[in-house]
Amino acid sequence: MTIVAESIILPERRGTAGRLSDFFWRHPRVLLAVLLGPPLLWLGVVYLGSLFALLLQSFFSIDDFSGLINYEFTLATYRQLLSETNLDIIIRTVTMAAVVTLVSALIAFPIAYYAARYARGKWKVLFYLGVMLPLWSSYLVKIYAWKLILAKEGILTWFFEKLNLLWLLDAWLALPVVGGNSLSVSYTGTFIVFVYVWMPFMILPIQAALERVPSNLIEASSDLGGTPAQTFRHVLFPLALPGIVAGSIFTFSLTLGDYIIPQIIGSSRLFIGQAVYAQQGTAGNIPLAAAFTVVPIVIMGIYLWMANRMGAFDAL
Amino acid sequence: MTTAVLFDNVSRYFGAVRAVDRVNLDIAEGEFFAMLGPSGSGKTTCLRLMAGFDQPTGGHIEIFGETAEGVPPYRRSVNTVFQDYALFPHLSILDNVAYGLMVKGAGREERRKAAEDALAMVKLPGYGTRRPGQLSGGQRQRVALARALVNKPKVLLLDEPLGALDLKLREQMQEELKSLQKSLGITFIFVTHDQGEALSMADRIAVFNEGQIQQLGSPEEVYNQPKTRFVADFVGSSNVLSTKLCQRLGLKAAFASLRPEAIVLAAPSNGALSLAGTVAGQSFLGATNRVVVDVDGARIAVASPAAHVVPAIGSPVTISFAARDLHPMEDA
Repeated sequence: MTIVAESIILPERRGTAGRLSDFFWRHPRVLLAVLLGPPLLWLGVVYLGSLFALLLQSFFSIDDFSGLINYEFTLATYRQLLSETNLDIIIRTVTMAAVVTLVSALIAFPIAYYAARYARGKWKVLFYLGVMLPLWSSYLVKIYAWKLILAKEGILTWFFEKLNLLWLLDAWLALPVVGGNSLSVSYTGTFIVFVYVWMPFMILPIQAALERVPSNLIEASSDLGGTPAQTFRHVLFPLALPGIVAGSIFTFSLTLGDYIIPQIIGSSRLFIGQAVYAQQGTAGNIPLAAAFTVVPIVIMGIYLWMANRMGAFDAL
Repeated sequence: MTTAVLFDNVSRYFGAVRAVDRVNLDIAEGEFFAMLGPSGSGKTTCLRLMAGFDQPTGGHIEIFGETAEGVPPYRRSVNTVFQDYALFPHLSILDNVAYGLMVKGAGREERRKAAEDALAMVKLPGYGTRRPGQLSGGQRQRVALARALVNKPKVLLLDEPLGALDLKLREQMQEELKSLQKSLGITFIFVTHDQGEALSMADRIAVFNEGQIQQLGSPEEVYNQPKTRFVADFVGSSNVLSTKLCQRLGLKAAFASLRPEAIVLAAPSNGALSLAGTVAGQSFLGATNRVVVDVDGARIAVASPAAHVVPAIGSPVTISFAARDLHPMEDA
C-alpha cells in the first residue's frame, strides 16, 4: 500500500503541462475559448467573409464594352438575373431540386425507419455500409457509370428489352420535358442520378431522428386508439420532421449548386451551378455569377423560415 | 360479477426464455388488481399482453368476454399509463390529453372540454398550454393518467406508474389513485415491484416469480399466509423457519413463515411458543428496531417497537410468538 499518498491534498503538479491543466480546470471558459477560437475565426473571416465579398459583387455591374467591373452600387445585375433566359435556368433548377428532394425523402424514409427500428447487430453494420459505400468512390466515376447505365446501348435499355417493356421506356422518353433521345440525355436521367448521389445525405439525418423517437411513444399512440396511419401522421412524422428537414437541406442545396451532373447527364440546358460556372469563367461576368449564387441562399432562407413556421423544429 | 380480464393458461416465450409461463388470471370488473414481483418476473409482459403490445405464445386471453388474441392495441378499450409516462414531446399538455379523442374523430371543442375536465380531475387545471418538458415528474405522471382516463377505458393498466416519484409524492399518489379508482369504478390493473404499494392499494395481489403466479389473494392473505418461500421473502421479508425448527415447535410442515412483527423479545405468556437464542445484530428503522436473533445458526428477524430496549449484541434472549402466527408453507 505504498502507492497511497500520505497527505489528503496532493502537491501541485510540476511543469508547464501540470500548471496548464490546473489553470484550465479553474477557468473552463478560457479552455472553451481556446478550443473554439481558431475554427470560429476561420469560419468567420475566411468563409463568411469571402461569402460576403461574393454577395457584394452582385451589386456591381459589368461594362459590356470593356468587360471590366464597374464598382458602383447598382441593381442592374439583378435585373439581368430576372431576364427570361436566366429566370428559366432558376425555375428549372429549383423544380429539379424540389422533385429530387421530395422523391429522396420518400425513398429514404422506409430505409431509415427499418435501420432505426428493426436493424440490430450485423444488419445495422450492413445498413451503414450500404448507405456510406457509394460515398467512398469518386463522384465523377459514379456519374460516368450512370451515363453508361442510362445510355441507349446501356444496361437499363437492355433490361427493359428483356422484360419486353421497351415500349414503356419509349413512351416515357416520348413525353415532353422529362423525355429525350435516351435516358442519359433527358431530365429523367439527371433526376435519377441526383437522387442516387444525394440519397445518403437524406437517409442518415432521418435515421438519426427516428433513432431518438422512443418506441413507447408509438405504443402510447396505438394504446390511445391511433391506427398505424394516424400514429405516423401525428407522432412519427412530426418527430422525424427535423431529420427530414435536415436531409432536405442537403439534397435541396446540393442539387441547387451542382454543375457536374447536369453537364454530363441530361439535356444541354443550363442549371444554376452551370450558369455560375460559365459566368465566372468563360464569360468573366463575376457580378452575374454572384447574383446567381444569391438565389440558392435566398431560397434556402425562405425554406427554413417556412419549415420553422410549420413547427419542424419544435421537437428539437 | 363480470370478468374484466381473463387469462387462460397464457404463455409468452422469447426464444428459450419463458417470460410468462402458463398464467391463469380472472380479474373482476371494478377491481383494483396488483401484479407484484421482482424485475423479470413476467408481470410487465402480462400487462403488455392485456394492452395488446405483445401477443401470447400460447393460451387464451379474454377482455370483457371477447377474445383478445390478434386484436391490435388501437381496437381495445384498454388504456395504459406508461412507466416513464410516454407523453408526446411535440404536443401541448392539452393535445396530449386529447390525443385519444382526436384520433377517434371527436370535434375540437368537445376534445378541449373533455381534456380540461380530465386535467381538473388530476388536479392540474390550466396546465393545458404547457409542454411535457416544462412539467415535473409528478405532474407528468398526472398528465399520463388524465390522457388514459379521458378515453373512459373499461380497464386501466398502470405500469409502475409511481416508480419515478419520490417517497412523499408516491404516498400521496397512492391515496389519490385509490380514491380515483373507487369513484370511477374502472378496473385498475397495476404492475409494481414495491410490496408496500401493492399491499396498500390493491383489492387482490398476484405475486409473480419467474413467469408464474406464486400466490393470488387479498393483501392480508398474501402478507400473513405466504404460500411459498418466495412470497414469504418478497412480501415483507418474512422469516422462513427450517424443517428442524418446525419440528422443535411441534409443526408438521417442512417450512413455516413467521412475520418479524409477530415476534416479541420476551418470555412466553400463556400458550405462546418460544425459542432461545442470542442477539446477532440490530438496526434502527424509525418506528421499529430490526433485531436479528441467532437461534442455533438460523437467523430470525424481529421487529421490536422502538420504545423497547434492545439487549446488547451477544446477549442471550428469548423470543416468543403466538402459534397462530406460524404459517406452514407448501414448498421450499
